[in-house]
Formats: sequence, structure tokens, C-alpha cells
Amino acid sequence: MSSHSILSVKNLTVEFQTSEGLLRAVNNVSFDIPQGKTIGIVGESGSGKSVTSLAVMGLLQKPAARIPNGEIYFNGQDLLKFDEQQMRSLRGNDISMIFQEPMTSLNPVFKVGEQISEALRVHKNLSKKEAWDKAVYLMNQVGIPKPELSAHKYPHEMSGGQKQRVMIAMAISCEPKLLIADEPTTALDVTIQKQVLELLQKLQAEYKMSMMFITHDLGVIGDIADDVVVMYRSNVVEKNHAETIFQSAQHPYTKGLLACRPKLGANPKRLLTVSDFMTDSGEEKIVPVERVQVFDKEIELKESSPVLLEIDQLVTQFPIKGGLFGRTVDHFKAVDGVSFKLKKGQTLGLVGESGCGKTTLGRSILRLVEPSSGKIIYDGKDITHVHHEELRQLRKKMQIIFQDPYSSLNPRMTIADILMEPLNIHKVGANKNERFDMARELIEKVGLKSNHMGRYPHEFSGGQRQRICIARALMLKPEFVICDESVSALDVSIQAQVLNLLLDLQQEFGLTYIFISHDLGVVNFIADEVGVMYAGKIIEMDKASRIYKNAKQDYTRSLLSAIPKGITKNSMAPLI
Amino acid sequence: MTKYIIRRLLYMIPVLLGVSLIIFILFKLVSGDPTAVLLGKNATAKQMADLREQLGLNKSLWLQYLDVVKSAFTFDFGYSWSTKQEISKMILQGAYPSLCLSVPAFVISTVLSLLISLVVAYYRGKGIDLFIRVFCIAGMSISALAYILFFQWFFAFKLGWFEISGFEAEFPFVISYIALPAIIWIVLSIGPDVRFFRTVILDEIYQDYVRTARAKGLPEVTILLRHVLRNALIPIITYVVIQIPSLILGALLLENFFSIPGLGGMTLNALNSSDFPVMKAMAILSSVGYIIFGLLSDILYTLADPRIKFN
Repeated sequence: MSSHSILSVKNLTVEFQTSEGLLRAVNNVSFDIPQGKTIGIVGESGSGKSVTSLAVMGLLQKPAARIPNGEIYFNGQDLLKFDEQQMRSLRGNDISMIFQEPMTSLNPVFKVGEQISEALRVHKNLSKKEAWDKAVYLMNQVGIPKPELSAHKYPHEMSGGQKQRVMIAMAISCEPKLLIADEPTTALDVTIQKQVLELLQKLQAEYKMSMMFITHDLGVIGDIADDVVVMYRSNVVEKNHAETIFQSAQHPYTKGLLACRPKLGANPKRLLTVSDFMTDSGEEKIVPVERVQVFDKEIELKESSPVLLEIDQLVTQFPIKGGLFGRTVDHFKAVDGVSFKLKKGQTLGLVGESGCGKTTLGRSILRLVEPSSGKIIYDGKDITHVHHEELRQLRKKMQIIFQDPYSSLNPRMTIADILMEPLNIHKVGANKNERFDMARELIEKVGLKSNHMGRYPHEFSGGQRQRICIARALMLKPEFVICDESVSALDVSIQAQVLNLLLDLQQEFGLTYIFISHDLGVVNFIADEVGVMYAGKIIEMDKASRIYKNAKQDYTRSLLSAIPKGITKNSMAPLI
Repeated sequence: MTKYIIRRLLYMIPVLLGVSLIIFILFKLVSGDPTAVLLGKNATAKQMADLREQLGLNKSLWLQYLDVVKSAFTFDFGYSWSTKQEISKMILQGAYPSLCLSVPAFVISTVLSLLISLVVAYYRGKGIDLFIRVFCIAGMSISALAYILFFQWFFAFKLGWFEISGFEAEFPFVISYIALPAIIWIVLSIGPDVRFFRTVILDEIYQDYVRTARAKGLPEVTILLRHVLRNALIPIITYVVIQIPSLILGALLLENFFSIPGLGGMTLNALNSSDFPVMKAMAILSSVGYIIFGLLSDILYTLADPRIKFN
């Protein structure tokens, strides 16, 4: 162990006892975190990065998890030899942690001020008043407006970004020597992600903390990490200084991770994915030349194709209730006078932060939410007020793919049942066998195997589930599909695969998409035209290839600058 | 808050009107013309007509329904057919023995079950957890009658600790009468209560915010009592508060076996003697009880969980 390492993990192995036998989640992992430095641990879901951090915190669920070998030195002491009492005095005090989901990581029934003061009272023996004052001070430090008032708020009264700031205030409250951040920005919009990353960097310098930053997205840690450890299937496959990793990655998996994030400026036909660099067994592959071809989408635009969807001055408002009998006292305009035209076979990208009305707009177009005024003209027909049978027929042609592949599939239905359900409802296909064949054909189209048909959703990974959702949306052979943040919950490496799939399917079936996302980088890659939404209005609309060069609105420029550039903090060398 | 309660109290009016209507129709269908039953075979037509007049059966259906509605608000239920007493007085008399048994039994069993389930949650997956779970299932599997017979024979007859049956209102003599049925009540409710509370608490224990609390370095007991219990309160409040109206109505089986002159026994007697006014009174009383305690549990939610707003 080097003398100036705050944390030194040596040959750590973690195993879980599962119903299918022993599962090795972390295999002989070693790395050091030098005093005052940040180390990024990168890998996809299930690569063992979170388990490693939980092992450091002593928070693995025993007895299911066990550590057959390895050492974890913190400040020269082996944490694996500590008892629960000793670990407890360390946790939240010398080592603290921020988690991925700020929505669920705070206790919903306590004021945030109380939650921040809790660790101070346990570890620093502060009185209730002293701890509360310190909590208010910390909330100011992490940039929460009006900290005296905000300390009295409950978590549900704050935005996602603010909740994550509260988590950070909680984590730094006892001035820890090591801060573990486990995907702290994954659940946040890109703009908020940028703010949180900047805050973490500022606090690290101020408190002279060392930091372990866990993420699935290499682009994110470029700005923040000194060293990078890349994990793949429970093993460390590469570790080096951040600049070296970004400039000359050695392992094919790292190369794949670097290449799969959509980049502004370059408009490749398809995104590169990890599987372009590496075979399933982990051997390096030569990247096929046609996969790196860059093309200009503008040439391909079929200017002559007919308009499929026209939206004219669409307004969707929700009533605000008040008074003794819950009368409507006012309205909130989620969508406020939006107009655009979308041509057949094209993709319109809608981009904006949470709460800008992009999801409501999508749902209004499908008439899942009733618009208050304006017109929706689909294929030359005004569908703003159609009902019953007419609307049902329309639903066949218009489909939606949701954000969360975990909660949008019924856990008690097999994949075959899930895919055949829309066919049954709309009485497509002569009999069950015919429907089954149609489902099987599509499941292969989205890259799954036909023997998956009898399985249940929980047997699939997040990326596979999103493929199932896509297949379900395509079962009725729709013309028009709305993808509502359909790749936001996925790892970047999986995101690239799903984006490629959506493009392939668009070409094969001639689909028209509306693609909704908070990430302008993703929208820019997949869309022909991009609309930037803010407070219910489309404030800017342009060709995808132009908007990143000559954005007119400040807001658009701030969205653009929030996209992780994959530039390391020391070298400023661009990614690839 | 006050606005919300006023609104909810106003909502009670249509609910009570609906409930009274259902009760009115059901009793009208079942009871038919009660005069023959009441006066026996040898009654004259004059007697029957007089009685109809007296019972208000000559009024229009609409006015008869209005009487039912009125009784839901005034608690004036008229007279019992079998005892000829004023029903509201009978209820008042029966309420005291019923509450003597049900309140202590309910409070003790709820608190005890909650404590046991906290211990079980703390030692989840370990031997003591398994033992208590098996014990709960076993306790639930035995019939209430078996407990009653065995406890009466063993504790009252063999050991002579308690009275076998009967009731005395005076304190402290009341204890020796209600102790045995109360113990049986507790034994009967601990099984389902512990199983429910344990599930609710364990649901919370695997939440992300509990992991955050552990990452702060809080001791496990603090986490359980402060963070977990507070979040588990919502389903627990529902489960506990909705049982309260049934406490007033008394325990049919226990009161009967231990000869306690409570409302449970009164209801059974009314059933046996086709005493419709008493049955109707109890039905209305229980509806009112459920409506009021439903409101109470809604108000308690908002105190337990800041996310729930009064709108």
C-alpha cells in the first residue's frame, strides 16, 4: 500500500449466495485512491462496481454476501477486520456515500434539515440546535436557495437536483476523508448533472476529500476523475490515469464505452457499440469500416415526403383545485400553444428539462391526455376530438414507448402474452398460432431469440426489456411511434444499441418518430429536426445538423454545454 | 386542515343517506309485516291495525325511510320488540361491559404485536424470527372454541384464578371476569397482527432511504424505531383504526361464552328473537362508526405522512 493512499483495495472478491448457486460479483479487484484525488469506477449494470463500494462501506447484505478474500485498507487499517460498532463510527463520519436515486434515498417523512443533522448528532455529539444550524449552513454550501426555509421542507417538496444536493450536504456534513458517489447524476437531467458535478468538484477542493465516483458513463467522469478503473463482468479490465484512458484506451471494452456516446458534430449513421470492439468472449475485434462512416443527414432528408402529423396551437392544461369543495380555481398550462409539422419517415426530437411539458405534449398527441385547445391533424384528418371506435382504430397506427422498461411490462405475463395482447385487443391475426408467429417474427427483429417467448420480464436485463417494449409497440405495425425518454434509464453502452435498433426499425418499417429526451446529444443523433421545449413552448426548432452549430436561444446553448464532452479535467483533450 | 375536516363531515351526509337507504330496503325485504309475529296467532284485526299505526307502518315508505335517516343522526331507534325497552338505553347499558372487555384487550394485543414484530424485524431471517412466525401460524390454526374451553377449564376451573363466566361492573372485581376473555382475545389476534406488521416493516427495511440511514452510521435500533417504523405507520394506522368500530359492537363469541351482558350478546339475542329494530339500530350504529373512524384514519395519515395533503 502506498503511504499516501486514503483507500487501498487489494484482491477483493465478493460472492453472493443465490438460489442458482454462488455468484461472484467482484473478482480479485485492486485499486488505490490517493489522498485528495478522485478515482472513477466505470462499468455497466452488474459489473460489480456498486458491490465494491458497498463492501468498502461495510453495507453488504449479510449473510447472503461474503468476502472470501481481499483487504480494504482505509487510512492504513483493514476495514474487513472491523466489527459493526467500529464500522458504524466510520460510516457517515470518515467515509460517506451518495446514491443514485435521490427520489428514494431520502426518508419521505422527515424534514431534510433533520436528515442532514442526524449524522452530525450521532458522530459529532452536537445538540439538536447546533446540528440544525450546521445543516442550514451545509445547505447553503451545496447551493440550495433560502436554506433556513428549505431545511423545513420535506423531500417531496424539492426537485430531483435539489434532493441530490441535500444528499451531498448529508454526505459532507462530518467532513469525511472519502466520499463515495454511486451514479450520483444518472437519474438527473443533463443540465442538473452538470451542476452537481461542478458542486462535487468544488466541495472536494474545499474539504480536501478523496472521492470514488461510480458511473456507467465514461463521458461523465472525464470532467472529474484523476484516475479511471474500468470494470467489466466483475473484473477490473483496465486502470490508468484519466488522460491515458481517454487518449489511448487499451482494452476493447473501454474503447467501446468511449465510442458509444453520441457526439455533437459527428453524425454517424449508426453508433458504435461495445460489440463492435469485442466479441462476447472478450476478444478484441477489428471495427468494421462502414460502422464509423459519417454521413450528413441533410442530404438524406426526403423533403418531398408528405406531412403525417400537424400540430396547430396545441394547449393542454391541468386544473388547479382549491376552496371548500375543490373547485377549479386556476389552470396550469403544461403545453402552451405548440405548433409543428412532421413529415412521414422523419424523426422529430423534443428536448427539454423535466417539467417543460414534453411528455404531456407527446401524450396529448396520442390523446392519452385530452388537449384543451388547438388541433392535431394526423394524415390529413383532424383527430383532436375523435372518440370511441375511431380513436381505437387510430391507436393501432400510433404507439408509445415509455421510459422505464422495469415498470412498463406486466411482471406476471410472459413475453409471448405481452406481445400478443395488442393483437388480441385489436383482433389482428386469425388465431393464436398466427399471432404467436407474428410475435416471434418481431422478437427476432428487435434482437432477441424466439426461445425467449415463454419467459417473464424479470428474466431480462434493462436493455432487453426495452427491446421487448419496442417490439410490443411495433406489434400492430404502427406508422407513428412516440419514444418518451426511451433510452434515458439505460447504460450508455446499451443506449447506443437501442438507438441503433430504433434507426434500423425506422428504415425497415418506414416509421415516423417523435423522440423525447432531456439529452440533446441523444436527440441530435437520432432526430432529423429538433425542437427545444421550455415552459410548455417550443422556443427553438431547427435541423438537427444545424442546431448545435447555430443555436439562437441561450437556453439551447445551456443544454448544449451540459452534454458531457468526455474531456479530462487536466488535459482538455477531446474524446476520440 | 379545519376546511378539510368540515368538507369530509359534509360528505358524510350523502354517505349516511345511502347507507340508511340500503338498510331500510334490506329490513323491509326481510321483516315483511311484523305484527303477526309480535301479537301471536290469536290477535284480532283491530289489534294488528293498532300496532301497525304504533310502529309507523301506515306511513308512506318515504316517511318510513326518513325515520331511518333520522335515527342515524339522533340515535333514537325506538323500542325493542322483545324487551320493550328503549333501544338507545339498551345500547348504552350494553356498551360498558363490551368496552370493558374490548378496549384493554385491543390495546394490549396491538401494542404487544407491534413490539413482537419489531423484534422479529430486527432479527429477520434468524432463528427467533422463524420461531415466532411458526408460533403465529400455529396460534392462528387453533379454533377460538378450543382456547375458550381449555382456558375456562384450566385457568378458571382447575387453578381458580378467574371467574368462569359472568360480569360485575365494579372495579376491581371486573378484572376477574374480563381477564380470561381478554387473554383469549389477545392470543387470537397476535398471530394475524404480527404477521401483518412484520410484512409492513420488512417492506420498508429494504427501501433506499434505510440504506442511506445505515450509510450515515446510525445504529440499527435507531433506524428501525425512527426511520422504518414511521414509514410503516400508514398501513398500520389503516389496519388498527378500522378495527375500532367493531370494539363498540362487542365480541359476539366471547361475550356469549363468558355470559358478558354486552352489545355482542344483545345482538345475538336480537337475532334469535327476530328483534328487527335492535338489529337495525346495530347496523346503523356500525355504519356510522365505520364512517367516523374512516375519517379519523384519513386525518391520522396526514399527520404520519407529510406527502399526503388534505386535497
